[in-house]
Amino acid sequence: MAVTSLGHSRPGGGRRGPATGFRGRRLTPYLLLAPGLAWLGLFFVVPLLTLVGTSLQTPVTDGNIGDYEQTFRFANYADALQAAQPQFVRSLTYSIAATVLALLIGYPLAYAIAFKAGRLRNILLVLVVAPFFTSFLLRTIAWRQILGEDSPLTASMRWAHLVPDGAAMTASQTAVIAGLTYNFLPFMTLPLYASIERIDPRLLEAGADLYGHPAAVLRRVTLPLSMPGIVSGTLLTFIPAAGDYVNATLLGNPGTTMVGNVIESRFFRFVDYPTAASLSFVLMAAILVLVVVYVRRSGTEDLL
Amino acid sequence: MGERSERTSRGGVPGGDLVLTALVKRFGAFVAVDDLSLTVPQGSFFALLGPSGCGKTTTLRMIAGLEEPTAGAIRLGAADITHAKPYKRPVNTVFQNYALFPHLDIFENVAFGLRRRGVRDVAAQVAGALGLVELGHLARRKPPQLSGGQQQRIALARAIVNQPQVLLLDEPLGALDLKLRRQMQLELKRIQTEVGITFVHVTHDQEEAMTMADTVAVMNHGRIEQLGSPVELYESPATTFVANFLGQSNLLAGRVLQRGPMTYVDVSGQVLGVPAQRNRSENDEPLLGVRPEKIRLVHAAPGGPAGHDGRVNRLRGGVVVDASFAGVSTQYLVRMPWGQDLTVFAQNLDVTERFGPGTPADLVWEPAHTFGLTGDATAGADVDDLPLAAGVA
Repeated sequence: MAVTSLGHSRPGGGRRGPATGFRGRRLTPYLLLAPGLAWLGLFFVVPLLTLVGTSLQTPVTDGNIGDYEQTFRFANYADALQAAQPQFVRSLTYSIAATVLALLIGYPLAYAIAFKAGRLRNILLVLVVAPFFTSFLLRTIAWRQILGEDSPLTASMRWAHLVPDGAAMTASQTAVIAGLTYNFLPFMTLPLYASIERIDPRLLEAGADLYGHPAAVLRRVTLPLSMPGIVSGTLLTFIPAAGDYVNATLLGNPGTTMVGNVIESRFFRFVDYPTAASLSFVLMAAILVLVVVYVRRSGTEDLL
Repeated sequence: MGERSERTSRGGVPGGDLVLTALVKRFGAFVAVDDLSLTVPQGSFFALLGPSGCGKTTTLRMIAGLEEPTAGAIRLGAADITHAKPYKRPVNTVFQNYALFPHLDIFENVAFGLRRRGVRDVAAQVAGALGLVELGHLARRKPPQLSGGQQQRIALARAIVNQPQVLLLDEPLGALDLKLRRQMQLELKRIQTEVGITFVHVTHDQEEAMTMADTVAVMNHGRIEQLGSPVELYESPATTFVANFLGQSNLLAGRVLQRGPMTYVDVSGQVLGVPAQRNRSENDEPLLGVRPEKIRLVHAAPGGPAGHDGRVNRLRGGVVVDASFAGVSTQYLVRMPWGQDLTVFAQNLDVTERFGPGTPADLVWEPAHTFGLTGDATAGADVDDLPLAAGVA
């Protein structure tokens, strides 16, 4: 959903192949759609149904660990939610916090690249994407060093009495949120840049000419016109951040685990497939509901 | 213009004249506006006319506050607004491509300036402005749903509703087709008379400038070539650029023979007269100019006196090389013995008096229609083909 909003045009309604005859022309769109649909069916719909199936399984009586039989035990969901409720709440809070932070950092950045960078524009855009050339894991581990006890950042913050002596910034809530913000910032910045860059600078001049103070122009002209970028940027940040467990694993402590960590450990350590599957499904449904409500409220359905 | 400058704008705010003093704008090494000084009387319709790149839009943007002058001053009445922020100037702009806010409906577009200033009766004032441009029924539409002409009028309403002391128009009719442009020219003029606000209109269309403006400043290379009423500019151009940019001119290189109330000039062996006060050239090698429609084409009368005969200027030895019939008039191209082609517009009054190509003909005109200039005969002739062509056709 979020990805389509980045595209400038929609597929379909284009030109049709020449001289294929009436039947051929009617079939063309379906033929073009077929590979995509097949892919989607095979690798999304089928696994999704398997997931739902797994989430309703129960252990085989007297069986080995990891032996489950297909039942329809909906209580699995209630059990799973009860067990992982704090992690669920944390996942949502952390990812919302990271999304807000990424927006606060990404918007001025995208605005500056679009309107103020001049010839540096392309270089800055490359710099936004550059972190992707390094592994996600390595970059996250690097934050341990940045926030570590002996790091220059921690030392200077301690000197400024922003953190108490001896307190570590790693293995904390702050570190997890910082990691999430950092890792998903490009996903926020690029869509923002794409939509800000499209704004006609003359509209900003018109705003100033019509007695709009710079803050008023930002609020009344720039922000509303960059709404599509804000919506797709926040979605592209929020959705993966909500399901992320790498940041919580590498930068957090046992008190900062997110729902992704629970799913991971249920699947691989406890071999508790039904709980892991039901948590996955609930997470997906929750994100979907939140996204739909958000898109409705931001009034940009036509832009998605 | 004198009585106009007494008037105050509709809002009752005495604005005062807009005075630009020694204004300079440089972009790097490029000088866009070069030591420009002019006064726009309050309540007048003033046009800045010139080819693209002559600095007219930059001048307008400096008045609007969208561009910072490199040097010089801008005063509006008693206030120095040279460095005032755009949102603090009692000046509004109608942008070239209208720059209507696409996310706001027409009502909110027009209300934008009023809301920013915290005006109370927004609804009534917006309704008034939309009424002025006769588009009140479109208040709830979005800009992309409107035609070009309608968007243009909304842009005008959005600026005028603020009752600025000066309204700036940046090529406001450039994107409209010819017929609509004509209609909007009349409408702009009507609205200007109605609201009495000072209009500064930037255009490259000489016809547009002449039909609407009280005063026209012709700009070239960041400087003002000549400033005056359309009639003044047309009848007595001060430079060859003005002579060629504003309408068409025949320019003849000559040498002064005798000075007096009438200056006599030798043009390739034929003597022509120009009244001394219409000769702006100081040196002895002026360019004599005459507008194509002032010339009468007559059948060659061999043996008669050549050049100025005491009453009229007469150039002998021409041969018609081209005659194009355009309904109301015929445009002739006449080749002179020295190889120059002169243009003559003849009104089609008499069907019998037509000259086909190859016909020998003499050119006759009043000395009072002649003007004398210094400089390059081709200046301004090739700067911008489109508006010139439009003016001729």
